[in-house]
Amino acid sequence: MPITYTVGTLLILTALGYLLGRRKAVTVAGGNIASLHSVPSYYGSFSALWVLLPTISLVLLWLALKGPVINWAVVDGMAPEAVLGWANASIPPGELEAVRARVAEGAGALTDIQRQLLLINITNLAAGQAQYVNPAVVDILRPAAAHMQDLRSLTDWALFGICVSLAAAALFITRGKIGPAFRARNNVERIVTFLLIICSLIAILTTVGIVLSLVFESLRFFTKVPVTEFLFGLQWSPQTAIRADQVGSSGAFGAVPLFAGTLLIATIAMCVAAPVGLLSAIYLSEYASGAVRNVIKPVLEILAGIPTVVFGFFAILTVAPFIRDMGAAIGLDVSSQSALAAGVVMGIMIVPFVSSLSDDVINAVPQSLRDGSYGLGATRSETVKQVILPAALPGIVGAMLLAVSRAIGETMIVVMAAGLQANLTANPLASVTTVTVQIKSILVGDQVFDSAKTLSVFALGLVLFAVTLVLNVVALRIVQRYREKYD
Amino acid sequence: MDTQTMTKPAAENGTKSAKMSARGVKVFYGEKRALHGIDVDIYENEVLALIGPSGCGKSTFLRTLNRMNDTIDICRVEGLITLDGADIYDPKLDVVQLRARVGMVFQKPNPFPKSIYENIIYGPKLHGLATKKDEFDAIVEQSLKRAGLWNEVKDRLMEPGTGLSGGQQQRLCIARAVAVSPEVILMDEPCSALDPIATAHIEELIDELRENFTIVIVTHNMQQAARVSQRTAFFHLGDLVEVGNTEEIFTNPRDERTQGYITGRYG
Amino acid sequence: MTEITAPLSDRSVSFHTSDAAEKRLRARYAAEKRFKAYGVIAIAFAVSMLAILLFTLFRTGISAFWQTEMQLEVTFDAAVVDPKGTGNPADWDRGAFQGLANEALYKAFPEVTGRTDRRELRGLLSPVAGAFLVNYALENPAVVGQTVKVWLPTSDGINQIAKGNIDRTLPESNRPVNDTQLGYLDRMESQGAIRTAFNSTFFSASDSNYPELAGILGATVGTLLTMVVTILLSLPISVAAAVYLEEFAPKNRLTELIEVNINNLAAVPSIVFGLLGLAMFLNFFGMPRSSPLVGGMVLALLVLPTIIIASRAALKAVPPSIREAALGMGASKLQTVMHHVLPLAMPGIMTGTIIAMAHALGETAPLLMIGMNAFVTAPPTGFLDSSSALPVQVYIWADKPERGFVELTSAAILVLLTFLVAMNATAIYFRKKFERRW
Repeated sequence: MPITYTVGTLLILTALGYLLGRRKAVTVAGGNIASLHSVPSYYGSFSALWVLLPTISLVLLWLALKGPVINWAVVDGMAPEAVLGWANASIPPGELEAVRARVAEGAGALTDIQRQLLLINITNLAAGQAQYVNPAVVDILRPAAAHMQDLRSLTDWALFGICVSLAAAALFITRGKIGPAFRARNNVERIVTFLLIICSLIAILTTVGIVLSLVFESLRFFTKVPVTEFLFGLQWSPQTAIRADQVGSSGAFGAVPLFAGTLLIATIAMCVAAPVGLLSAIYLSEYASGAVRNVIKPVLEILAGIPTVVFGFFAILTVAPFIRDMGAAIGLDVSSQSALAAGVVMGIMIVPFVSSLSDDVINAVPQSLRDGSYGLGATRSETVKQVILPAALPGIVGAMLLAVSRAIGETMIVVMAAGLQANLTANPLASVTTVTVQIKSILVGDQVFDSAKTLSVFALGLVLFAVTLVLNVVALRIVQRYREKYD
Repeated sequence: MDTQTMTKPAAENGTKSAKMSARGVKVFYGEKRALHGIDVDIYENEVLALIGPSGCGKSTFLRTLNRMNDTIDICRVEGLITLDGADIYDPKLDVVQLRARVGMVFQKPNPFPKSIYENIIYGPKLHGLATKKDEFDAIVEQSLKRAGLWNEVKDRLMEPGTGLSGGQQQRLCIARAVAVSPEVILMDEPCSALDPIATAHIEELIDELRENFTIVIVTHNMQQAARVSQRTAFFHLGDLVEVGNTEEIFTNPRDERTQGYITGRYG
Repeated sequence: MTEITAPLSDRSVSFHTSDAAEKRLRARYAAEKRFKAYGVIAIAFAVSMLAILLFTLFRTGISAFWQTEMQLEVTFDAAVVDPKGTGNPADWDRGAFQGLANEALYKAFPEVTGRTDRRELRGLLSPVAGAFLVNYALENPAVVGQTVKVWLPTSDGINQIAKGNIDRTLPESNRPVNDTQLGYLDRMESQGAIRTAFNSTFFSASDSNYPELAGILGATVGTLLTMVVTILLSLPISVAAAVYLEEFAPKNRLTELIEVNINNLAAVPSIVFGLLGLAMFLNFFGMPRSSPLVGGMVLALLVLPTIIIASRAALKAVPPSIREAALGMGASKLQTVMHHVLPLAMPGIMTGTIIAMAHALGETAPLLMIGMNAFVTAPPTGFLDSSSALPVQVYIWADKPERGFVELTSAAILVLLTFLVAMNATAIYFRKKFERRW
């Protein structure tokens, strides 16, 4: 019984609930609809909502929990002999001793990684993909795979049964409640309002989800690597060896070079974006005629709408070679993945962002201040430099902070145009790496979820999230206070 | 427009020389005509009040006198306005210099979000009236004294101008205009946002300023016009209906529209 | 004090018309001009960067829509094609078709015989020409046992040289095609056996390691499926949240918290949403990696704040008089919102949604985090299949060393930008068409 059938059945029952509820209401009204508290369709909706909401929540809950629960049941239900048999064929001899010693506990003898490996094997077998499994363990794992299949079909059927009974109960109870005095509309509206609240809570849930997933995985990382080493270490080389006897097996997780690289590229980006964006905004709001504004603003919006992956390609296709050739022409050795190229392109990407934010801020400066300045015989540029910009300063600072946060969190441009080597340098012509580049390069391709290397990604993500969050909160607060001043 | 032949438009009453004069001034906002041809002279060291019902064009006319209308894209001015006989709409004439000579005080007090001191020296600094610290100090003191604000703010010159009360802010704006040492000061309903006591202060101040400056004031308030001005011009629906000695206008108006307005039949 | 009072009181010579003032004025105007020039330069810089970007993409991308082909006389030897002799296309030896293509090439150049010479000759033909030959034979099964003239794709190097993407006057060591091969190419060209045809593969194929076999179909389908999930999740949730916050929510700490939250979520780096998807959806809930379902869920969370903010603005723009009118008729608060306010706010909500979807369409980093950089050679058929997406495809191709992928990358970007322009144009149309009715 696949989930889709369960959901289909529930939808049919919901429609049925609507029809039955409505008909019951019409019947009890006895031809005098006006005697009902609400319009008959509200009685239908009342029944339908009570059929649908509890059951569909149950289905969603089960969909979310099904995987972990079944996996746990299957692995823990394995006989010790089967675990040992699998371990003999799949685990390096060095680790086998530990498993043997504790084999009486069954799967409890395995480490997390071993457990994951075992699960992958069982899941593949259960899915009928025996070709992906080591032939030596196929027969040992057959019972577990069968167990998994049984559990899956059993739980799916159980879910179907529970849902249908719940729906039937809801149908029966709501039918009993429907009478002329029953306030169906108020009840329905209460449920709908409740649903609206749930939807607006999703924003909070998302934040909580981000914080939880980052914090938990980061904590696991910090049990392997001390926080101080991560935050203040000067050496970043996350390559941990697969076998313990390999050279450089431990890896180094000092993230300072990444922070420095991120800051270097963000600084270069702001050196491009801040003056260009601010000056364009000033020109557009103080000098340009309406016709010019109507052309330039959409052009800047197009620039803002271009995906960052396109800017990344632009960087490697055009800007990086150009900068390298320019450097070569004046005798400088420029890396083909120079921070300069990535920073400049990122700056171009942020220009419309800075310009539109600054434009808003500058337009919020009251016209009376401009009049006051012009009335004293100031030129436009004097008015801009000595009255408008000082008045708009807090707003502009806020806008710049938002732009910095944007630059720090930007991924694709640096992934494509910046390097992987964690160099601690302030030379814009050298290759540096950034937090986002490391997150991407470590995660894409590597799937064992226990090594310090993969976990380090979440610590980096946490730093990234925290820094951008602080920047945003501060910036938004500054901008908001600035707005209030001139409202 | 031939400015050479019209350098000195004939004064209305021939006794005083005209500091500024307007001949056939028409103002358009896009297609709409806001002023239909205004002729008026403004004499040195006198206060000219512009009165009339709202929307009559008096503020528009005031803004043509130092070309503040330039900041509005769709606004177009026809006719001749002269300052000391020179056409102020002559393309060769410099608008920045013009505004330094013809200063302006606005309806709503609009001090810059800077200190009182910086508000005052903003203009003098722009126009190079002074270069040394003590020169600036002197300008600040003198301007604030002239605006009758010195005693109230002399101990807090470095505090923001926006922290003052409404009346004080408006006097600060007047001080700011005076500091540039203009020849003419235009005031656009300078008291409309102020309470009666602050208004009385400003009116007194206007009377004192007349000694050194030529003043044109737009006002809604006829008593105010009567109190502060020597001559009054009555505007109605974009026309200048009547201009003359204030006393005459208020006691013996020639036009019935003027009479209707000052007796309160409309406005 | 005296030297100060002089300009203030002396009316005969105005300070402002003195020679010194004139001189000063000229300097001030020079500064004015300079400042204005900075603004013009800034705008010119931004606009020219956009122009250069688009121009580069067009110049490098437009040639990808064409493919250089060579005409060869291929003998579909029945014994090679169908070794089992069943006549059923399913039993064909598909691996043998490349050999047929090579034989046809040798036949066109009978004088080339040596092993190394022939290898050089084979450099003209695409190493996956056999795949095209298989398709050709499947469409025309009657050719088995016959000799037919067939147009086959050239190798990447020849393709780039023929289209002028690689300069043939470069020194030999700097180009993928050597002088001998250039000679072969010129000879075929003079015989009329080289042509440039529309590259339909680009639209009908999915990813491949060979540029001549690679297309965007798989990525486009993946993107469409992802977008479907995104809009189905984000639109109802965002509108519901916006309606609650704008119309129902009491002003208390909780709603304030929600609002601050939404504003901050809008500025969280997209890669962090990718990490959320990885840790929550993939690792904790065990959802399928690389699937449009998970991709769509992550992007839905990403665009949620944008749509909520746009929807709230649209709701706020509905004048209170309309609410009062409905409430005055005895409608409940919910009825007022559902029947009157929401329909009036809908155009604004749709505009915001389309713009948010355009933003989601170009997102790459979060999709990389949840493995949507899968190497997918066939379009996904469902929401749970492994899949790629257009921007991710751009990223994957941009990383490949073959020269042919440069033009493919640009072409894929052109397609992506076309989608974006279409969406934004729709948004502008909506905005114009449904502008304020009150």
